[in-house]
Amino acid sequence: MCALCGVLGGSDHWTDTAARPGVFTRNVDSLQRRRERLNRVSAAQRVLAFYGLTLSDWQGTSFVLSTMTGKTELVDNLAHLWAAAEKLIRRPCDPLDPALMARLETVDA
Amino acid sequence: MPEFIPVNLITGFLGSGKTTLLQRLLADPALSDTAVLINEFGEVGLDHHLLERIDDTMVLLKSGCLCCTIRGELSDAIKDLHSKRERGLVPAFRRLVVESTGLADPFPILSTVQADPVLRHHFRLGNVITTVDAVNGLGRPESIKQVAVADRLVLTKTDIADATTVEALIAELRALNPDAPLLIAAEEKIDAAALIGDRFRSALGVVPATQESSHGSVHSFALTVDGALDWTMFGIWLTMLLHRHGEKVLRVKGILNVEGSATPVAVHGVQHLVHPPVHMAAWPDDDRRSRLVFIVDGLERASIERSFAAFSARPTHRSGRAATAAG
Repeated sequence: MCALCGVLGGSDHWTDTAARPGVFTRNVDSLQRRRERLNRVSAAQRVLAFYGLTLSDWQGTSFVLSTMTGKTELVDNLAHLWAAAEKLIRRPCDPLDPALMARLETVDA
Repeated sequence: MPEFIPVNLITGFLGSGKTTLLQRLLADPALSDTAVLINEFGEVGLDHHLLERIDDTMVLLKSGCLCCTIRGELSDAIKDLHSKRERGLVPAFRRLVVESTGLADPFPILSTVQADPVLRHHFRLGNVITTVDAVNGLGRPESIKQVAVADRLVLTKTDIADATTVEALIAELRALNPDAPLLIAAEEKIDAAALIGDRFRSALGVVPATQESSHGSVHSFALTVDGALDWTMFGIWLTMLLHRHGEKVLRVKGILNVEGSATPVAVHGVQHLVHPPVHMAAWPDDDRRSRLVFIVDGLERASIERSFAAFSARPTHRSGRAATAAG
């Protein structure tokens, strides 16, 4: 079990929190959960493209992260995404990397 | 829905008055149903409360993940206490207060409660209260971290320190942790309910957007964002930031104006650990902008700000695609 992931026997990542009183989550019903997963793929893809990676939903339970040459990792949730991405590309995925920021700024312009 | 038992952490450097504060707090009727876990045994008589001993052992799990350094003894002690509570062997306490040793890094303690597969279904994190000794001040890296993590700061021994030192120390504390309410133990009455109460009622709303201050490489600043945020994007950005720089982000806390949510959402993180986001009942003031306070060690504000803006920008064709996919 990992303090970063908090994962063992089920996903309770903060972006994916189980619904309970007072807690904000996009994990309320199956439709919303499904919608949020697709949003997540689309939003993460924008960043992952910089590293030549693609992300897709797998059966609504996991995500598949792949390189252009077909190397693949299964990812449970966002907590695992960046560790898996770094493993595949063998370099850090740093949101403060000026090249990544420049790319996001350019693509969005 | 299960009821989660709040766990408060009292931390602070050696001799900064943690146990004295605890003793004062426990005398308050508001804390009558409180169990106490304490590292060091009995400098103060707490016989009428529940005391468990935790050996100061750090356990490194074999998964090799650095953030998995957890206090196994603490986890076992809390589970044991909970088990006794359920079996009726101890009174059904409604709150747990953990007093750490003066040298402890608060993060593993918090992550134990938050991430332990058993504990996280029964307990939730309450306020972290940090005591600071006005005579000896800060200085040690441990005490700077303890201050950065605090939801409430308690300044002790002001009665035996001179006024200039106290003033300078308060300025230093404000630089490190701009919005945590600060209480002067020697002068003010300790209001237990306010001290241990809901963590999200802090003064986040009054943090000036431009505030920036520093203490060595540790500094704090606030980002303010106009307009509603895309929660999904925010999650991706913060997860990525904490994955790579978690150990340098001593603290991140904020109230966010999230798309599709009428009331603000409070987020609250300590290093790699982010608490479940909470719906706040209402905005603290008329300002509807999202506000994020960072307390970081060695990261640049400009870089974090630029990164956040770059991630937040949403081209129209992409949102269009997302909407189609979601539909």
